[in-house]
Amino acid sequence: MSDVVEKTLTALPSLLSLDSQPGSAKLSSNSKLGNLIRGITELTSKHEEEKLIQHELSSIKEQVSSPNTTMRQMRELMVRAVYCEMLGYEASFSYIHAIKLAQQGNVLEKRVGYLAVSLFLNENHELLLLLVNTVLKDLQSTNLIEVCMALTVVCQIFPKDMIPAILPIVEEKLNHPKEIIRRKAVLALHKFYLIAPNQVQHIHNKFRKALCDKDPGVMTASLHIYLQLIQENAEAYKDLTASFVTILKQVVGGKLPMDFNYHSVPAPWLQIQLLRILSLLGKNDQRTSEVMYEVLDESLRRAEMNHNITYAILYECVKCVYTIHPKSELLEKAATCIGNFVLSPKINLKYLGLKALTYVVQQDPKLALQHQMTIIECLDHSDVIIKRETLELLFRITNAQNVTVIVEKMLDFLRLSKDDHTTVDLAGKVAELAEKYAPDNEWFIQTMNAVFSLGGDMMQPEIPNGFLKLLSEGFDSEEEDRKLRLFAVNSYISLLQGDPSKLPQRFLQVICWVLGEYSYLKDDLDPVVVLRLLAQLLDMKGSSSDTKSWVLVAMTKLCWSETAVSVAQQVAETYSSSFDTTLRQRAQELQHLSRDSQLHSRVLPPGGSLEPVEVDSSLSFLDGFVSEALSAGAAPYKPLHQRQEELSRSKALSLEPYGLSLPISTSSCSITDRQSPTLLSTSSGLSGDSTDFSHRGSSTTLKLDGVRRVWGREGYLAQKEPVEEVAQVEIPSPLRSPGQQGDADSCHSRTPTANPEGDREKQQLASSLFGGLSSQSSVCLMEKSERFGRKAKGQRASSTPNEQRSDPSVSSSSAVDNLLCNNLLEENSEPIDSSTKQTFQHPQSLRVPNGACDAEAIISDDDTKGRNRPVSPEEHVEGDDFPPCEDKSKDLSLTAHLPAELSGFSHSEIIPLCSNRSLDLSACHVQTDNTVVLVVFVTNSSEDANLQIQVLSEELEVCCPCESPVEEVRGHSVSVRQYSLTVKRPLVHFELVGRLSYSAAGTLQSMQFSYKLPLTSFIRPLTVSTEEYGSMWLAFSHDTKQNLTLMKEEQEPLSATLNALKKKLSLHVVEIIGVEGLVACSLLQDQPCLMHCRVHAGRLAVWLRSPVADLPDCLLYHCQRALQEH
Amino acid sequence: MMRFLLLFSRQGRLRLQKWFTPMTEREKKKIIRDMTTLVLARQPRSCNFIQWKDLKIIYKRYASLYFCLGVENQENELLALEVIHRYVELLDKYFGNVCELDIIFNFEKAYFILDEFLMGGEIQETSKQMVNRSIEASDMLQEDDSSEWYEVELFG
Repeated sequence: MSDVVEKTLTALPSLLSLDSQPGSAKLSSNSKLGNLIRGITELTSKHEEEKLIQHELSSIKEQVSSPNTTMRQMRELMVRAVYCEMLGYEASFSYIHAIKLAQQGNVLEKRVGYLAVSLFLNENHELLLLLVNTVLKDLQSTNLIEVCMALTVVCQIFPKDMIPAILPIVEEKLNHPKEIIRRKAVLALHKFYLIAPNQVQHIHNKFRKALCDKDPGVMTASLHIYLQLIQENAEAYKDLTASFVTILKQVVGGKLPMDFNYHSVPAPWLQIQLLRILSLLGKNDQRTSEVMYEVLDESLRRAEMNHNITYAILYECVKCVYTIHPKSELLEKAATCIGNFVLSPKINLKYLGLKALTYVVQQDPKLALQHQMTIIECLDHSDVIIKRETLELLFRITNAQNVTVIVEKMLDFLRLSKDDHTTVDLAGKVAELAEKYAPDNEWFIQTMNAVFSLGGDMMQPEIPNGFLKLLSEGFDSEEEDRKLRLFAVNSYISLLQGDPSKLPQRFLQVICWVLGEYSYLKDDLDPVVVLRLLAQLLDMKGSSSDTKSWVLVAMTKLCWSETAVSVAQQVAETYSSSFDTTLRQRAQELQHLSRDSQLHSRVLPPGGSLEPVEVDSSLSFLDGFVSEALSAGAAPYKPLHQRQEELSRSKALSLEPYGLSLPISTSSCSITDRQSPTLLSTSSGLSGDSTDFSHRGSSTTLKLDGVRRVWGREGYLAQKEPVEEVAQVEIPSPLRSPGQQGDADSCHSRTPTANPEGDREKQQLASSLFGGLSSQSSVCLMEKSERFGRKAKGQRASSTPNEQRSDPSVSSSSAVDNLLCNNLLEENSEPIDSSTKQTFQHPQSLRVPNGACDAEAIISDDDTKGRNRPVSPEEHVEGDDFPPCEDKSKDLSLTAHLPAELSGFSHSEIIPLCSNRSLDLSACHVQTDNTVVLVVFVTNSSEDANLQIQVLSEELEVCCPCESPVEEVRGHSVSVRQYSLTVKRPLVHFELVGRLSYSAAGTLQSMQFSYKLPLTSFIRPLTVSTEEYGSMWLAFSHDTKQNLTLMKEEQEPLSATLNALKKKLSLHVVEIIGVEGLVACSLLQDQPCLMHCRVHAGRLAVWLRSPVADLPDCLLYHCQRALQEH
Repeated sequence: MMRFLLLFSRQGRLRLQKWFTPMTEREKKKIIRDMTTLVLARQPRSCNFIQWKDLKIIYKRYASLYFCLGVENQENELLALEVIHRYVELLDKYFGNVCELDIIFNFEKAYFILDEFLMGGEIQETSKQMVNRSIEASDMLQEDDSSEWYEVELFG
């Protein structure tokens, strides 16, 4: 068949001569499209083509907008417009007409309209909304072809937000009598599942029905969905294993209609799909795997080697056999198959054979040994794709013996590679191997040099970071470390003496850092020489400002001697006026440190080991600032994705049928959409944690939460490869000449292939490549191979160079910044970075109140203390120096004055508001069932006075039950005022300001005060049933979602967490169903807020809904706080 | 899952493009450019598979026309090659001895056939008879509409 096709297509060029050939009438050569195509073919230059197309487009434009154009003509015009777009010319004017054509045309025109739409528009195009109605109409059409077209276009292009609008109708089609419609509907649902999985959550049982469909085509289509589902969660579908096995058995046994045969192989697409599903199900599961052994065996047996499609099935079988729980018989057969692939003269099969070997070699390294000669041949294959794949295979079998040869091969390939993606990938792999298996220092440094020069600036940043970390942390032996560093220094000096302008920026940065840190190790090296070499980098044209910063930092470390200082000063001067602020700062540092040698030796002790950098990744020093901003009404921080989501939500039309959005059924998917652990910025331990800030600050451990751990004590934390564990044997290799002092310039080491050609050479290569793979001997060379993968010294898990990468200044420990900063600020009174200073000092102002009954007091304490200072200008007040003990006694005595009707309720700590010689004002708030009452105590310690108190708040309604604003307070007594508070608008904290004016002994005086209370004071449990909860949930429009930390409780972490919340925030737990919890509360009486909690991936996914704007957000903040304190 | 299918001539002229996942115009243009240069530079008799970024590219040349399919990494390369071949067979069956000109002048038909064969990046129907039957069913609709349509279809 294919021969026929190829023959006919070979005859094509003669047809292209464009003389009207007999029988080419079907080419519609008379049509306008035909004319256009022919016109283009006759043209010789791109310019002419452009002119012709522009002309064509303007004529199309004119016609489509003319009212006289019929739909039939429109169809023809659309085809032409599509053609122009395919040639790369824009025809956006026709988009709307394509939609119109799909809307108004008859079936044939509609088909072209839909095609044009799907070719013109992409998923986010706004015009797509106009298509929704047309699709909806066609889906409901009685004409099957129209339904098919609509389903096709839905699969191809449909706005995600509009899926709910058509979903019910597409679902209905699953029951359609015609199998073609059912099949298309299943595929459409598959598509929906891919782009919006939560939309189709509720129809999973319908997928199961499709799987059982009597038409094999529909069943096949449903497997696409199952493959996807099983990929995500294999556990949930283990029960289907037997069904899949049965289906596969029937297919392999030829039970399907002939229609499904492809080149007389029964339903190969279906077979392969099933094999993929089975391998997912059987992975790491012996019991499930056992179910499928038989059918796999049969598949392997039945697939006779004669056609590509059987090879395809075999390949999938082999992959499956090696993925599931192993069975030796099957493995043997699969291994034979792989052998056949590898040895096949067909290049495609060879490629797949190599791929299969790569996949398998981790389990069965001996298999690679069997085929070593073939692999060696592939290494020199003329097709780079084969070469690349071979290197991939070699990468997997690398060990301490063959590392030099393999790395050399990889570097050879890298030198010739032009593809960025390959370069980045391969450079990373070489670096990984060098870390793990380097036989000696020279080789390691030279290999890394090669990686840095070849990898260039595209390389993953982890590579230079890891390398520097390795150098700085060192290994067990001081002497070895010294040698390695010295070798690096030597190597880099000579590189810089050569032509550094050819080196990539990343490499230069590495060089700078190493020279800055370790050039002192080279005794005969004058730092001035290094400084000059570095200075030369500054003048190079290609140097990025990033690199320049690294250079300046390195120079700062090096300016010891007089001459060095003069070089440094010169450089610093040039850059101290740079426009680049980072550069400027580095220049300033250089300047100041080089001037003051005492300071310099304190900040950068010569040859001193690096102290780990203190990084407070929780940014807790900003807590004060954040809480201030929050109390001033700022909105709590939302992570980027949440903001975007909200933005898109507010933009998008809500088409979600409310009946479907019961929290219990859909929440799981909508919350799991974002699994990143997201916390509000305020989560860094606003309250409890700030207590021990000073303590934390002095500890020397490094905090790097959130920094990806690429490097562990063992070196690079790559996945452990079983190859390592294979018994290794030392094969004398001609390549390794230990102790040889390499020269730094050449990173090429001796290549084995330099020998005369012949089989002997290949044999030699083989022995060096596959050394260590045979299992004959159990001599272990772990000691050698571990040298570079050894443990880092001590407990220093620091990643100093890691920090260095992002900001060179941090390298020399935060102490530098601190010292430098303070020094400059104090001595030169020249603020370099005043914000730094502020942030450093800020935490100190966070104090812990004593005896706070409420977490809120921690924040409010500071603020109120600040504001409590009476601002009365009329009188000097010796304000706030109540000793704490006095406070306590006062508290007790005042409690007695609480009005009787309030005494039954809980009240907050009584805190002093303001005072002067004669008057003391204190207050607390009392939470009754349906109100919050602010109680103000006025203690008059002198004579009678008339006083008036005004309390105001922007966010709260304050109402005073007593009629007369002016009241007489008798001497030496306590008068009590009550204010009932209602919330106007939810906030995290509410603030009240008040003014007290009083007249005593004929003088009028006044004082101001403020009081703060949290939202939680207004929250009351809301007792509802689960059903009521369900109906309320649907009715509420404002919502917010967040993942919170789950309490570490052995059993029932959910209920423990909910109980903690219940206690702290007085919520009502409606019900706990499995991993989900329903919680309800209300803001005083009439403003409910519902909370839906779900345990997901060790976190608590919380979804709050309320009819009141901002309430969910504010409440969420308190939940978070409550859980943190816990 | 398949990501895209491109048909282009030996001169690198695009004949048909099908994108199975949403992509911006810029991405499309870049892929088309990369694919044509990548595939046209391949020597004859080399491997039909190319690793490109995180995708596998499977290409095959039929006469002067290259078929180039981009699939996700876990897909079976040989099977993808057969997808291309089956598409060529379908075109051949519909046009009868298909040639590049058929596809150039009737590219919309080539799209319709493709839509019956693949859907949303997955195989929909592997049977040649079935695909042709549904294409012909929609082609024949013209007869029900009016005779005028029929004429247009035949001679236009």
